[in-house]
Amino acid sequence: MLNVKNYGVLDIAGQEVWITETVVNTWIIMAILIIVAIVVRIGMKRWKTIPTGAQNSVESIIEIFDDFATGMMGKKLGYTGGWFFAAFMLILSSALFSVFGMRAPTADWSTTFGLALISFLMMFILGIKHRGTTYLKSFIEPNIVFFPLNLIGELAKPVSLSFRLFGNMLSGTIILTLYYGLMPLYSQFGIPVLLHTFFDVIFGALQTYIFVVISMMYVQGSAA
Amino acid sequence: MQELATVISVAHIAAAIALLNGIFTTFGQSRIAVQAIESIARQPEASDDIRNAMFVGLAMAETSGIYGLLIAIIMLFANPLVDAMINLLS
Repeated sequence: MLNVKNYGVLDIAGQEVWITETVVNTWIIMAILIIVAIVVRIGMKRWKTIPTGAQNSVESIIEIFDDFATGMMGKKLGYTGGWFFAAFMLILSSALFSVFGMRAPTADWSTTFGLALISFLMMFILGIKHRGTTYLKSFIEPNIVFFPLNLIGELAKPVSLSFRLFGNMLSGTIILTLYYGLMPLYSQFGIPVLLHTFFDVIFGALQTYIFVVISMMYVQGSAA
Repeated sequence: MQELATVISVAHIAAAIALLNGIFTTFGQSRIAVQAIESIARQPEASDDIRNAMFVGLAMAETSGIYGLLIAIIMLFANPLVDAMINLLS
């Protein structure tokens, strides 16, 4: 399970597109999250002004995350909390996905680099949108000779974000693959629960929190 | 065949050396945790903020340790020189 399996090669407009295990697992996670979202949305027709039951828990989750986003980034940038919640749910689902024996999509550098690239583009575009030329001039501070240093510092941010998440998820996958490959059958029930809890659930949840918090810090540093 | 065995063995030794930066990672992270625990002991009301800052600091310090792990994994499992030599031999 250390190599990503290839399920087929499509040919779209002259480019060959590989359908790998990562792509299929991402589709499964997307399907689960979209179905949950549709169920909550259909249930929203019968919501009352004074919440009870399931409506209470959904509203409290959204309120906790919204307070957290506006607390970190300020009221002006609070509207980006929607994307951070979606990224949080995606990375957390992918971390819990590897408990079921399937390879997590974030254990592939392509997925995490895509997510980090979106954070980097958000930081750049929101910086230009909210601070205009002041943001672009901050690259030349305090002197023009500092421009390569500032540029490399900015480009190192998505690289380190993506490698942090990728390294943690991949090391969990490797340790559990080695355990299942070396142990006889009767000790593959029960003891892996501890390893799964530690490496997949705890480290996965911690890394999603770190990803979202550091992305929020970058956006707040460049646009506020 | 002899050169392929030499290259693979040197790659394994390189992977082991690449993980030696875990020593510094451990000391860095322990300093962060010690400062966080002392700060919570001095002012227990701010323990939530201190805990958040501690987690962010731990993740930042862990990043360079993960770079070493990444190099070790590439050496062991996706070594370009080994792949090139296998292509040459077959």
